[in-house]
Amino acid sequence: MTAPTPSSGSRYQRLIEDDRVHGSLYTDPAVFADEMERIWYRTWVYVGHESEIPEPGDYVVKSIGPQSIIMSRDRQGGVHLLLNRCSHRGNQLCEARRGNTGALRCQYHGWTFGPDGALLGYPFRQGYGPDTPKSGLGLGRVPRTDAYQGFVFGSFAEEGPTLLEHLGSAREALDRVARLSPLGRVELTAGWLRHEVRANWKMLVENETDGYHPQFVHSSIFEVGESHVAEVYSEKSAATARDLGGGHTEHDLRPQFRHIDVPLAWFGTTEQRLPDYCRAMRERHGDTTAREILVDGSPHIMIFPNLFIAEIQLFVIQPLAVDRTVQHVTPLQFAGAPDLNRRLLHQVSGSVGPAGFLLADDSEMYERNQRGVAARLPEWLVLRRGLNREHIDADGHLAGAATDETTQRAIWRHIRTLLTEECPA
Amino acid sequence: MTAPANAITLADAEQFLYREARLADEGRYDEWEALWTDDALYWVPVADSTDTDERISIICDHRSRIALRVAQLKTGKRHSQDPRSAVARLISNIEIVGHDTDGTRTQATFVAVESRARGITIWAGRVEHTLVQDNDRILMSRKQVRLVNADQPLPTLAFLI
Repeated sequence: MTAPTPSSGSRYQRLIEDDRVHGSLYTDPAVFADEMERIWYRTWVYVGHESEIPEPGDYVVKSIGPQSIIMSRDRQGGVHLLLNRCSHRGNQLCEARRGNTGALRCQYHGWTFGPDGALLGYPFRQGYGPDTPKSGLGLGRVPRTDAYQGFVFGSFAEEGPTLLEHLGSAREALDRVARLSPLGRVELTAGWLRHEVRANWKMLVENETDGYHPQFVHSSIFEVGESHVAEVYSEKSAATARDLGGGHTEHDLRPQFRHIDVPLAWFGTTEQRLPDYCRAMRERHGDTTAREILVDGSPHIMIFPNLFIAEIQLFVIQPLAVDRTVQHVTPLQFAGAPDLNRRLLHQVSGSVGPAGFLLADDSEMYERNQRGVAARLPEWLVLRRGLNREHIDADGHLAGAATDETTQRAIWRHIRTLLTEECPA
Repeated sequence: MTAPANAITLADAEQFLYREARLADEGRYDEWEALWTDDALYWVPVADSTDTDERISIICDHRSRIALRVAQLKTGKRHSQDPRSAVARLISNIEIVGHDTDGTRTQATFVAVESRARGITIWAGRVEHTLVQDNDRILMSRKQVRLVNADQPLPTLAFLI
């Protein structure tokens, strides 16, 4: 492999072609550094959900890539994304992963900060004299913060597309998720598993909407478990792999589940097993619409670069180094649906995380992929599957069959755009 | 603590725990699965969890899911255990902490060294068992593993911890 030259945009024009990408994109620390600056510290990145900090003074420690971010709620209910670094001497401020407090206190020299990041005070004030202003000494803030359906995103770029512009066609998926709650609200209250892999973050992003791998990577659980998932990712599936633009990709499973036409089949259960939930949904939406919602189910969407909603659970992808990534995963929980939530929790505990029936094997593949791609030849990875049959659908999106690499090509086109554009100074 | 007449002795509990650890280490899946009662719970919680219904778990297997886990391992296509991890586990500090209608409860400390292509991983923690006498054999109805690093990101954990 040719050693990379300093990373001008033209380098990425060469390394990322329409139907193949260069192996060094997964292994070169210089590429990772460029990605941090041009993708992760620039575009909108998912941080957390408002339901994780319901009360004033609540905070949780989240991340944007390797950056530790405090997501907090102030007394007026406002949500803030603050960098986890004391403005005094740079100490990490929050050690606890969550809490409730009127003032975040640095344990090093006792400086205190409000939930909005403002400096409240420092001990032994005489040492600073009367002229030291507090106003310029607040915590670092993620320059732009916005939320949609309670999903909070942050952008380190002072200017750029709005969150809604960034989400584009992916926005509807967040509406679909919220609509599965009889009260119209997602709640992420069931805790998190954190699963670390020795692999590049893009391997995870690409795999989330890869419909080609399940029959092979997950054949063991398909063989012994009762699951419809194998059919969804077969050659005969009616599901669609779709490029939503902006690097966002989805597997639209609705055609397959409309073909099956059984409410809750997407969740592998029946209306009889969740009578309270189904009654609440009918009361809110009426019989016809409730049935449609329950047949269609939850989306399977990878919102670039780090939010993956996979029907019953939500993943947050956190790159730490070129070959180190943490997957944070939590069960989706829906306000007003305790019977559904309990079942979701137990199903997700089985599927994902370090010991999950599915994710342990995905993660094994990520790590093998990372080891494999370090080999010198061939230099390129091939992304040609489905080029012969993809098409523009009625909504103007590029769409392929369930097992096609339409989605991987879409992710790489967007990465190429971000890595080759002039970076704002 | 007064032990009931049919209580499991410390010596018998120790022998059981050693055997359970060895069957898991050696991937003797059928024999390991046969150690469980029908109302079993195999639970590896995240750090601050006290309730299997409130928080997601690393493992939360009732009896049917234990069977599924073993069946998956036995397919030979569970890639995260193909090849199987080489594991050596020490179990120590074994105490009997109670007897009740559910059985005899033990606590112990363990260290498991796992080797696979990604390298050596050291797993350690506290393990609690509920043991029951079933005619001439001992079975376990509950095994709870509290990993020392359950509050941190964990690598794949696909062998029987």
